[in-house]
Amino acid sequence: MSKARVATIWLDGCSGCHMSFLDMDEALLDIAEKIDLVYSPYVDIKEFPSDVDVTLVEGAVSSREDLEKIQKVRENSNLVIAFGDCAVTGNVPAMRNSFPLESVFERAYKENVTVQETVPTETVPELFEKVRPVHEVINVDLHMQGCPPPAETIKYALTEILEGRTPELTDKTRFGK
Amino acid sequence: MASRTKVKTLTIDGKRVGARGDATILEVAREHDVYIPTLCFLEGLRPNGGCRMCIVEIEGSNKLQPSCVTQVYEGMEVHTDSERIQNYRKKILQLIFSERNHVCSVCVSNGNCELQDTAQKLGMDHVEYPYLYPHMEVDATHDRFAVDHNRCIMCTRCVRVCEGVEGAYTWDIANRGINAKVITDLNQDWGDSETCTSCGKCVQVCPTGALFEKGKAVAEMKKTRQFLPYLSVMREEEE
Ligand code: SF4
Ligand code: SF4
Ligand code: SF4
Repeated sequence: MSKARVATIWLDGCSGCHMSFLDMDEALLDIAEKIDLVYSPYVDIKEFPSDVDVTLVEGAVSSREDLEKIQKVRENSNLVIAFGDCAVTGNVPAMRNSFPLESVFERAYKENVTVQETVPTETVPELFEKVRPVHEVINVDLHMQGCPPPAETIKYALTEILEGRTPELTDKTRFGK
Repeated sequence: MASRTKVKTLTIDGKRVGARGDATILEVAREHDVYIPTLCFLEGLRPNGGCRMCIVEIEGSNKLQPSCVTQVYEGMEVHTDSERIQNYRKKILQLIFSERNHVCSVCVSNGNCELQDTAQKLGMDHVEYPYLYPHMEVDATHDRFAVDHNRCIMCTRCVRVCEGVEGAYTWDIANRGINAKVITDLNQDWGDSETCTSCGKCVQVCPTGALFEKGKAVAEMKKTRQFLPYLSVMREEEE
């Protein structure tokens, strides 16, 4: 049997979901035998490839760059999993949504700094007024809650998917915990 | 129990059960271990049927009824778990999540929250409605407690326990519809309240992290609600 082509991507999140993935410990060895990791912060591949079977998306959509990335992910992946609360609900990144973007910039680049109080405009992605969960932007096939989702849950989900089954996740993880 | 309250027979999900004549569907269901989710309901408090989590179908009626405030009648046929009900419950729950800022991961009640529990029990794994992200305040002026309006689900348990059990009438609701919010006294800071006795009952009954004790870390904010039925019964006996 050919190996499943798996990708993971990191949008506006803290990388905690990717850490939890690594927390699978030796189970990673079993999974590694069954997959080709074709794109991920874990490997050095620059371009999101085509014909991906499963992509795990960590993080919310906060900038134009995120949007472009996630659209590319959707076009090229068979199954897209919203991986963790930031992807599923917006979570911590979306906490800025109840403030105007202006005041967010003020806080981040002026009030809290001691040198060079300037809002950067070049070489940084354009931030959207509102951070959005992934399913508001593209069609998502599976939602894996948790901040981060427990390693056990990630293992279960991937194993089920690799066996061709649809994992039932709601009793295995929940918002927040 | 008084003889006026005759026993009624009804069916819940096809099962024949007997009930006190003045019982509500929810009471009877719970006596028979039928799970009906609730958020605003809490034993010991006057039910108000506000959250609509406990809706059920009654044969012969198109309307879904809140089981916590609907009395049983002879021959009633109740369905508590049809696909239609599950679907509506999930939608209502999603609307509750979308109306405020329930960021579970940074909540003092993470892991001890009835809203979180209910989402898990009903299999609600994401919110299909756009989140509203309202700008809400936190009032931490009280010495021991605080209210975070971001996490309030307007269940009014705090209002009901403060008036019905403590008798202080500190909490009330201001505004209407989506702009409604709980207030202390005449919309003053809680710390300035002249009526609050600092008994903490409202904090204990709050289903989410909206009301919490200061100085408690995440997961320490466990709530104790068992005292309520006893307090209410004692109060009724006094009256
Ligand atoms: S869900 Fe939690 S752990 Fe994952 S990226 Fe977001 S904040 Fe980090
Ligand atoms: S602490 Fe007691 S008196 Fe004060 S608002 Fe809460 S229930 Fe009412
Ligand atoms: S503060 Fe808590 S108890 Fe009061 S209405 Fe809001 S969620 Fe309910």
